[in-house]
Amino acid sequence: MIEVEHLEKRFVAWQKRGVLRRERREVPAVDDLTFSVAGGTVCGYIGPNGAGKSTTVKMLTGILVPSAGRVAVGGLEPSRQRIKLARRIGTMFGQRVQLWWDLPLIDSFELLRHIYRVPAARFRENLATFRELLELDPFLQTPVRQLSLGQRVRGELTAVMLHDPEVLFLDEPTIRLDVDAKERVREFLTEVNRERGVTVLLTTHDLADIERLCNRILMIDRGRLIYDGDVDDLLARYGGERTLVVDLEEPVAPLEVPGARVERVDGPRQWLRFRRDETSAAAVTAAVAQRAKLVDLALEEPDIEEVVRRIYTSQPRESQPPRSSLL
Amino acid sequence: MADSVRVYLWLISAAIRAQLEYRVSFALDVIGMFLVTFLDFVAVLVIFHNVPQLGSFTVAEVAFVYALSAMSFALAEFAVGHLDALSEMVRTGSFDVMLARPRGTLFQVLAADFRVRRLGQLLQGAAVFVYAVGALDVPWNAARIAMVVVTVLFGAAIFSAVWVFVICVVFWAIEGREASSAFTYGGQFLTQFPIEIYSQWLRRFLAYLVPMAFVSYFPSLYMLDKEDPLGLPSFLRFSAPIVAVGAAIVAGAMWRFAVRHYRSTGG
Amino acid sequence: MRMDWELARSGYRRYAAYPAATVAGVFTNTVFGFLRGYVLLALYEHRDVIGGYDASDTLTYTWLTQGLIAIVYIWGWQDLAVRIHSGDVATDLARPVDPLRAGLSFDYGRALYHALFRGVPPFLVGALVFDLTGPSNPLVAVAFALSVVFATGVSYAWRFLYNSVAFWVLHYRGPAVIAMLVANLFSGFIIPVAFFPDWLKTIAYATPFPAMVQMPIDVFVGKADGIEVLYTLAVQLAWLVGLLLASRAVFAAGTRRLVIQGG
Repeated sequence: MIEVEHLEKRFVAWQKRGVLRRERREVPAVDDLTFSVAGGTVCGYIGPNGAGKSTTVKMLTGILVPSAGRVAVGGLEPSRQRIKLARRIGTMFGQRVQLWWDLPLIDSFELLRHIYRVPAARFRENLATFRELLELDPFLQTPVRQLSLGQRVRGELTAVMLHDPEVLFLDEPTIRLDVDAKERVREFLTEVNRERGVTVLLTTHDLADIERLCNRILMIDRGRLIYDGDVDDLLARYGGERTLVVDLEEPVAPLEVPGARVERVDGPRQWLRFRRDETSAAAVTAAVAQRAKLVDLALEEPDIEEVVRRIYTSQPRESQPPRSSLL
Repeated sequence: MADSVRVYLWLISAAIRAQLEYRVSFALDVIGMFLVTFLDFVAVLVIFHNVPQLGSFTVAEVAFVYALSAMSFALAEFAVGHLDALSEMVRTGSFDVMLARPRGTLFQVLAADFRVRRLGQLLQGAAVFVYAVGALDVPWNAARIAMVVVTVLFGAAIFSAVWVFVICVVFWAIEGREASSAFTYGGQFLTQFPIEIYSQWLRRFLAYLVPMAFVSYFPSLYMLDKEDPLGLPSFLRFSAPIVAVGAAIVAGAMWRFAVRHYRSTGG
Repeated sequence: MRMDWELARSGYRRYAAYPAATVAGVFTNTVFGFLRGYVLLALYEHRDVIGGYDASDTLTYTWLTQGLIAIVYIWGWQDLAVRIHSGDVATDLARPVDPLRAGLSFDYGRALYHALFRGVPPFLVGALVFDLTGPSNPLVAVAFALSVVFATGVSYAWRFLYNSVAFWVLHYRGPAVIAMLVANLFSGFIIPVAFFPDWLKTIAYATPFPAMVQMPIDVFVGKADGIEVLYTLAVQLAWLVGLLLASRAVFAAGTRRLVIQGG
């Protein structure tokens, strides 16, 4: 559904050199990106700020024209076939409200219906579905400016789905929402993906979004793709350390087990950390059982936060020579 | 196309409804606008307190030109004045949201808001027009009245085209928006008076380059049955429609060019 | 005193941060200088002197007003009203600085920036293209500078005053626009007060508005000379003090209301 080949985007930046002179620099925001996302996938697009996520999404939605490379969404070229593509996709840019501020929510939906030319019957059907799913009725007639953040987000989610898009591009959809609201958004997206086969590309910093929603991860840093695979694979490769939590019959001194180190002791309970590639949970368990009376145990997987941090820090930080040219 | 018109009209009514929500504020705004332009006209009257006529135009004739300009500009400002907010839209990313929708961006920008208050200025212009017509001794018939309406519509179209053209500067430099006022509000200022009083290069500029002389001056010559003191060909008096269409085409092309630039360098 | 200086610096810097906007503004001011100049020149086709001004005086007037627009800032300014309605004014009141004085210092910083970069350039253009009347001697130039300083203060006090309406009124934009327009007309910004019919002139001089634009121009062009310069400056100073006191009183009344009502 989404195909990207050797995609590049270079911006021109002017740097001050001294009092009056300025030097022209070409900054690669996106550098030789290649990936493809199959239809029906929920793909998380993560990376540090300034890594090139928004730039990529803008090129995928036709807002920005690439400097080089090939992009295709649903077989269409975004920059050349912007309007045709726009009918088939939905976009939600985190902070930018796409609803009409002064009008009642329902009016925004009607407007979007006309803008996207949704057939009346289909519109009514979709509206009914989302009204129920997102519980919109209490505030359907309220002007958007009077809605709470959570209500507005629910309105936006409806707005983005009204015209039955095949692909959704979401930029930080859960940002600044409370836990409850975040869950709702995730449920909605899961539902929409499952029931309608909508492909979702979402940029996010919220790792819970990734854990709950995504079956695919793309990670970008400084314009380059540094990881492309599924979530489990991510954990497996960069999962690094796991923790075995053992409950002993009685408190003992920190256990000495080959390949594992005790991270914490709390009465009869001890937390042992070991590296996935050095030993296995079974081996550690056996070693513990040899040294003490084991009552119960549990295995903790690394959380994704840690994983992501590891990937960021594991990237070689060679200094890039600036590609500059004086005016 | 037809449903674009429908969406557009729907949006106008929605904007009016939204702004009427604040009835008191709206009323105050309309009064305020009326006063703005009334004070403008007072300034013109003060001028005439000091001189009997402006060029070869008498007070009533100048008022006529003024009224045409005022009505056209009020209508233009109602329809496209919101373009001044384009710099904000680009800055906050709202413009990008429009690029992600299956409609032309100019349509969406124009449809985003309407300066309903400006309709108060339309009334003020009409009031001055009535005064001018009362003071003049020109034979009026249905054809001439229709011409007034048509002139105002095409005048508004010319102003709107100029507005679209100059506001494109924000796609290159957001802070350049203020410079566009020189053409939009400057144009309004200039067209209030017969171009006869300007120097030659300015007259040519207004007739051939940024053709705002076709908003009020040339149509006035026709409707007032006046000899052109500048001796320009008489077909210019009827050329407002063609000029309007031409200006619209140029403005549209400029917009497309500007958005293309925006999409390759900014976003 | 140190605080005033710091505030003035912030005011300066806040506007210096957008050079492109300043350039655009200078462009527009210059263009309007030409436009208004031409229209006013047309008046002199039939007469040599209007209201005591000859053609050169009127052109000077035009270019001075284009330069003074930004310095004296007669435009819409609603910063204070916005702060009152949003509640931010409460933080201002909690600070150990008098809001009026703080705002005035900030505004003077702004005025300096605008004087240098938006006031001088259009006037220079006008002076190069047209034949303008200048100050007759250096003392007059100094008096002019002082007059502009007073004018800025009068303008700020007026702005502060009509913004304070926001303490009582929900829809402050209407009154604010009207206040600005009235100031615009009677300050002589649109047309020299000297061109007004006598009855209107009397009304104008009963208001503080001519002190914002007309009086500095009269000093510059020499319409007020000798002892009249001192008189003009004195009148400006009187209005300045008067308006500041009025603003302070109204603002105090407003804050009392705020405290009682709980914002």
